[in-house]
Amino acid sequence: MSAKGIRIERLSKRFGEGDTAVLALKDVNMHVAPGEVVGLIGPSGSGKSTLLKCLGAVIDPTSGRMILDNTVIYDDGWKVRDLRALRRDKIGFVFQAPYLIPFLDATDNVALLPMLAGVPNEEARQRALDLLTALDVQHRAHALPAQLSGGEQQRVAIARGLVNRPPVILADEPTAPLDSQRALTVIGILNDMARRFEAAIIVVTHDEKIIPTFKRIYHIRDGVTYEEAGEGRGFT
Amino acid sequence: MISLAGRDIMHAWGKFVFTGIGLGLLIGVTLTMAGVYRGMVDDATVLLDSSGADLWVVQKDTLGPYAESSSVPDDLWRSIRVMPGVAQAANATYLTMQVGKGDQDVRAMVVGIVAGEPGAPGWPPQLVAGRQITRGHYEAVADLAAGARLGDVLKIRRSHYTVVGLTRRMVSSNGDPMVFIPLKDAQEAQFLKDNDAILMQRRRTEANPAFNRPEVPGLLDAVIASQTGNSYVNAVLVRILPGFTSQEVAEPIRRWKRLTVYDRTQMEGILIGKLIATSARQIGMFLVILALVSAAIVAFIIYTLTMDKIREIAVLKLIGTRNRTIAWMILQQSLVLGVIGFVVGKISATFAAPLFPKYVLLVPIDSLLGFGAVLAICVLSSVVSIRMALRVDPAQAIG
Ligand SMILES: Nc1ncnc2c1ncn2[C@@H]1O[C@H](COP(=O)(O)OP(=O)(O)O)[C@@H](O)[C@H]1O
Ligand SMILES: [Mg+2]
Repeated sequence: MSAKGIRIERLSKRFGEGDTAVLALKDVNMHVAPGEVVGLIGPSGSGKSTLLKCLGAVIDPTSGRMILDNTVIYDDGWKVRDLRALRRDKIGFVFQAPYLIPFLDATDNVALLPMLAGVPNEEARQRALDLLTALDVQHRAHALPAQLSGGEQQRVAIARGLVNRPPVILADEPTAPLDSQRALTVIGILNDMARRFEAAIIVVTHDEKIIPTFKRIYHIRDGVTYEEAGEGRGFT
Repeated sequence: MISLAGRDIMHAWGKFVFTGIGLGLLIGVTLTMAGVYRGMVDDATVLLDSSGADLWVVQKDTLGPYAESSSVPDDLWRSIRVMPGVAQAANATYLTMQVGKGDQDVRAMVVGIVAGEPGAPGWPPQLVAGRQITRGHYEAVADLAAGARLGDVLKIRRSHYTVVGLTRRMVSSNGDPMVFIPLKDAQEAQFLKDNDAILMQRRRTEANPAFNRPEVPGLLDAVIASQTGNSYVNAVLVRILPGFTSQEVAEPIRRWKRLTVYDRTQMEGILIGKLIATSARQIGMFLVILALVSAAIVAFIIYTLTMDKIREIAVLKLIGTRNRTIAWMILQQSLVLGVIGFVVGKISATFAAPLFPKYVLLVPIDSLLGFGAVLAICVLSSVVSIRMALRVDPAQAIG
């Protein structure tokens, strides 16, 4: 069984102990192939963010298995020592709000990631510029976040999520602040990037306008996932 | 890697500059306070230097002549002059008082020096204008700080003195300018009784049958003369011969004359350890308070700056920034604030120092210590913010 991309097996997450314990994820199974964008849809409080946090190695799952890019990162316990480096090198994050660093211009917001990984400044900026160009915001490369429109900010944030060429990209409601035209553009970009960089992308959303764009969708309710294999759906 | 702290500072430079200036003024006050203390020590040192004495012979068991009052007979110097190792011995009186100048008065230390013996201990070593005192009465050499000019007339008690010479930085340990006058005049000024008191005393003496004895002619006059005359001075200043140590010369004077003798080191100990000790503690208290206020300001501004960035710090952590990078960013900002503050403080202290009425002496070592203290304060003040930043949960960045 190939385990490129994302593979999650029987992943559970319990918050708290005893009477007050909340089982936020119950034996979740999921897989996303490289180059694929899947949607993760569920009502508020269903466990979407918890799943992204587990995958993103910022909280500890309770049990189960997670494999990213052919590496078992969790098997009833973390199998990777440096979770910080794992996040930096393997996972791209795109958040609901862009959360750009306000004192860095668009280029440096993106270039910061390769710089943190030790890439020389010039090379990191070149990579950032290439991505900003691909996302069609190169003309705003030297603007500070406060000078960018919401859509431009979100595109810069996406560029930041992609710049280290992570095999996995986790996007938490990336289109929430955008109108439907821009939301569709963003999903288009994510699909494009998934194809170009062979990245496995999970997009958490309950944004009705983008739901039809996913080829595959996981529904989540009370911590349990169901796959909806939608024939004939998908973004073109 | 780019400097996160540097970028943030450039972005929020207004906050940094204004806080830095506020902090700088505080640091300026702190440096000036330290300068006031140094100035007092320097005043004391200048006082001892300018006296030209190696030993001070004062009344037994007193801390005279500067820190306590002391009186010794004014013929004592003759017997001290012939003691082994003594080069010169001269009477001196010191009295801090209001000296009239025109229709105003200034606080000054009036120094009585033996007239007609230039170069004796107690004499002003250098004049910036005019000449030394040559006549036995009613001439004065005054310090520029008293605001006197050549030819001015100063009023000390009931007598008038013409300023014939000027000195610079001849001050008491309090920073009061010195006014030198002939010893006889100074003795009179210090021990002078007013006319009524003299008359009253004369009447009491005349009424005393022990003194008023017609069978001994001249006795009453002699008694009255001895009562009204003033045959005391505050100290005898001694200069010792080369080849003698101050101990060698001081010891026989102590033993045989039953007097207290201080050498230069002891005198400095008295002036700095006792005379200005309270002021020094006072200043020390102020320094502590100013340090605490500065720390509070730095801590507060760094804390708010960090609070404003909690989200961004969570994102930075999520995307793999090391804790140490984040801590260093906050620490750098705190240090930059400190450096701006110190530069502003140093500049403002340098420009403000000459405007103070007392001597403010800014010494490089104080600046250095101050700089060290500022950096230390900045490091400590950033601890709270750094701890807060390190506790930020990267999961916070996700929904
Ligand atoms: N840190 C936490 N401690 C306790 N319960 C939590 C915590 N985070 C999430 N939960 C609970 O887990 C469930 C799933 O939450 P979450 O994953 O945030 O939902 P969603 O993102 O789908 O809205 C909710 O019931 C929530 O209350
Ligand atoms: Mg959520």
